[in-house]
Amino acid sequence: MVINMAKQYETVIGLEVHVELATKTKIFCGCSTAFGGAPNTHTCPVCTGMPGSLPVLNKQVLEYAIAVGLATNCEITRYGKFDRKNYFYPDNPQNYQISQLYLPICRNGGVEIETEEGGKKTVGIHEIHMEEDAGKLVHDEWEDCSLVDYNRSGVPLIEIVSEPDMRSAEEVIAYLEKLRLIIQYLGASDCKLQEGSMRADVNLSVREAGAKEFGTRTEMKNLNSFKAIARAIEGERERQIDLLEEGQKVVQETRRWDDTKGESYAMRSKEDAQDYRYFPDPDLAPIVVSDEMLEEIRAKQPEFRTEKMARYKEEYDIPDYDIDIITGTKRMADLFEATVAICGQPKKVSNWLMGETLRLMKEKEVDAEDLSFSPENLAKLIGLVDSKAINSSVAKEVFEVMFEEDIDPEKYVEEKGLKTVNDEGALRRTIEEVIANNPQSVDDYHNGKEKAIGFLVGQTMKAMKGKADPGMVNQILRELL
Amino acid sequence: MSDMLHMTAVELAAAIRAGKTTAVEAAEAELARIEEKEKELNCYVTVDKERVMAQAKTVQKKIEDGELTGPLAGVPVAVKDNMCTEGLLTTCSSRILGNFVPTFTAEAVCNLEKAGAVILGKTNMDEFAMGSTTETSAYGVTKNPWNTEHVPGGSSGGSAAAVAAGECFYALGSDTGGSIRQPASFCGVVGMKPTYGTVSRYGLIAYGSSLDQIGPLAKDVTDCATVLEVIASHDKKDSTSVARQDTDFTRALTEDVKGMKIGIPRDYFGEGLNEEVKTAVLQAAKMLEEKGAIVEEFDLSLVDYAIPAYYTIAAAEASSNLERFDGIKYGYRTPEYEGLHNMYKKSRSEGFGEEVKRRIMLGSFVLSSGYYDAYYLKALKVKALIKKAFDEAFAKYDVILGPAAPTTAPKLGESLADPIQMYLGDIYTIAVNLAGLPGISLPCGKDSKGLPIGLQLIGDCFREKTLIQTAYTYEKARGAFL
Repeated sequence: MVINMAKQYETVIGLEVHVELATKTKIFCGCSTAFGGAPNTHTCPVCTGMPGSLPVLNKQVLEYAIAVGLATNCEITRYGKFDRKNYFYPDNPQNYQISQLYLPICRNGGVEIETEEGGKKTVGIHEIHMEEDAGKLVHDEWEDCSLVDYNRSGVPLIEIVSEPDMRSAEEVIAYLEKLRLIIQYLGASDCKLQEGSMRADVNLSVREAGAKEFGTRTEMKNLNSFKAIARAIEGERERQIDLLEEGQKVVQETRRWDDTKGESYAMRSKEDAQDYRYFPDPDLAPIVVSDEMLEEIRAKQPEFRTEKMARYKEEYDIPDYDIDIITGTKRMADLFEATVAICGQPKKVSNWLMGETLRLMKEKEVDAEDLSFSPENLAKLIGLVDSKAINSSVAKEVFEVMFEEDIDPEKYVEEKGLKTVNDEGALRRTIEEVIANNPQSVDDYHNGKEKAIGFLVGQTMKAMKGKADPGMVNQILRELL
Repeated sequence: MSDMLHMTAVELAAAIRAGKTTAVEAAEAELARIEEKEKELNCYVTVDKERVMAQAKTVQKKIEDGELTGPLAGVPVAVKDNMCTEGLLTTCSSRILGNFVPTFTAEAVCNLEKAGAVILGKTNMDEFAMGSTTETSAYGVTKNPWNTEHVPGGSSGGSAAAVAAGECFYALGSDTGGSIRQPASFCGVVGMKPTYGTVSRYGLIAYGSSLDQIGPLAKDVTDCATVLEVIASHDKKDSTSVARQDTDFTRALTEDVKGMKIGIPRDYFGEGLNEEVKTAVLQAAKMLEEKGAIVEEFDLSLVDYAIPAYYTIAAAEASSNLERFDGIKYGYRTPEYEGLHNMYKKSRSEGFGEEVKRRIMLGSFVLSSGYYDAYYLKALKVKALIKKAFDEAFAKYDVILGPAAPTTAPKLGESLADPIQMYLGDIYTIAVNLAGLPGISLPCGKDSKGLPIGLQLIGDCFREKTLIQTAYTYEKARGAFL
């Protein structure tokens, strides 16, 4: 019998998730939030911190923050404030960031996730607060100087702070996927990790299994994908356990993850922590959420995934597995519903999404959010197959083009001459030729070899360059034989 | 036109409308007066003559075309140098903004320009409005036109002195703890701080955001009401701006205080108050009583707590508001530095003056972790209690009457030697800002040295009209002053 002398450790994880809200204008001024643009073109006196300028809250930011709070079962703060977080850095034009510390807009919520064992658990949400993003520093190697681009300055963010309720990388990913889906369903953000519209900082500590006290935690930054998050969690867990096993202590600090090297390094320790001298921003009126406003936002909440799944099950005759995949992203569910609304054939729409769409997404590494073909065109394609204007293999070719360029399938089929030949005379003549050229197969067929007819159908399709209805070919063949 | 400079703003506008003179002549007369007096007084930081004359010509044409018909059209005005003016140097009397030319104009100044004002220039002030004497300016002290050995008061000292010396017909100032009313008192002019939220703060370079208000400094109560009516507006660019329907302040220019209840806080007449000031202010109260007002003494209480609460809140806000002056985007940058933090440190150390640095340090301290509750939060509680004490007083009285300052204008150099004493000089004005109330200061006599004494009237929130009516009645009873 082998006795495992090694200690068992439990990982304790909490997340701080920043989400960039999908408003058209910035949080405290009318400047565009559009990505890109020449440096400092989406700016004004307010978001560049010019003397005398004043912030005015974009109401849409408040509405999105409340909507996310309601969807994550939070209490909504009815009398809130913005606070100034004071620190000097050139990307921060006022040298204070307008954020929320004392009275955040949402508190005490939580979302349910599925655990690896198939059970369910709730990850608590400590708070959600609103804040402004900073500008971007660009280092000019040639001139050896730094330049600031304030286009990002004032882009609205919410920060969702979880309780330390997660115990593994899998739970973290499940929590993030859940948040992302909720926020995407709300239309409050596209939540793209790679593009930075969703950013997660991981607070992690380890403790001996069964211990009641938390261990000393570190905060990990610069995590740009779910994979990086999972790797960083594993790496940090091991680093902390190694320290403890060697009798050393974990230092409370902020670390930066380098995903290419697969390791992290310390950025700053708790001793270097700045005093941000938070205080309520006197330039902004208190945030008062009225009953009417709250009810209005509640009434506008969309159908979330669980409700959508139940409805699909009731309304559409499609398998549970399909429902699970389709409702797994807002984009896919939107595509499905919009296409069904046009063509009224849920089963066929589902087949296109589950079959060719998923295959091409995998092959071409396209995320559901970036699917670009329109419901109108998918409905047309289904119509073309239904009317036997094209056969299914031609349809797949057309779909692949649609997937890339969202072409109109009707026009495309017309222009490329892909329509099935329904001229029976022409088809008969081709089949007669195939019969004349393949006496052996004809004999085999007459000798009871059913397979031979398949070969003859294939020869006919080849001669017709695929533009024939295989059913019709079959029927005429049997007739002529 | 002879002795045009003695006219009030409203009189001058009427003369221009009547074709007796023009905006161009008025501007020329003022520029000549500025030329004559500036070496002695130093009221202005910036005067751009070409710009003044160009604006005067444009305005005159609009008056002649009938586009501008308002009560201030064509009248030259001076603007305190903490209000942004597009294309015109705006320094806050600080070295750190010595090269700062704004890209937009403050809303209050825009309102004046829409009404046909001609901007003569930007007036000197205490650096970032921190001070009570206009001696903390990086661009030299301003002297009191009544006696150039004395200060004009502050922080809007340049504006008050310019009005008193006839270097403008009226001026804009800003008042965070008395910065309009106290210099008005020292210079013998009328100055008014409206209810917080009445005039937009957009484009006013902030000192203490929750206390700052822009207001007029003028030759008489009529001008004061007229200017306030023009600059008051609901501005969506300022979240603290209030939508008011009652900004037709000139309607309150009536001589009538019959039955008006005036309260005199005993707390305002205790230790530290100069006897000559006390006598003059009580004499003014008597005059109003003779006009039919009911005058009573009462205890306001909490007055002693106003100064520490004010210096905590204003300094806290200022320490954050002034962080943006870092040498990165605009303003002064030290010529030599090693790395980012050294650049911040040197630019700010060299760019700010002593009083500003003192308040930044004080403000940073009261906001720092571990002290926030004991100082900043406590100060906010005191602020709320002071508001409550005023609410109780205004349940009984229409107007509170007292001095604007404990003394007349001190001599140059006396105040900065003892900052605590200087801070205590704000005792009668500060509580008004903490409670967000309107207050007006107008001359009520002179001391034995011939220096003006200021009477302060305080009203409940949004009761500027009551103040204007009382001040107007007193002014008529008092007779000419300037």
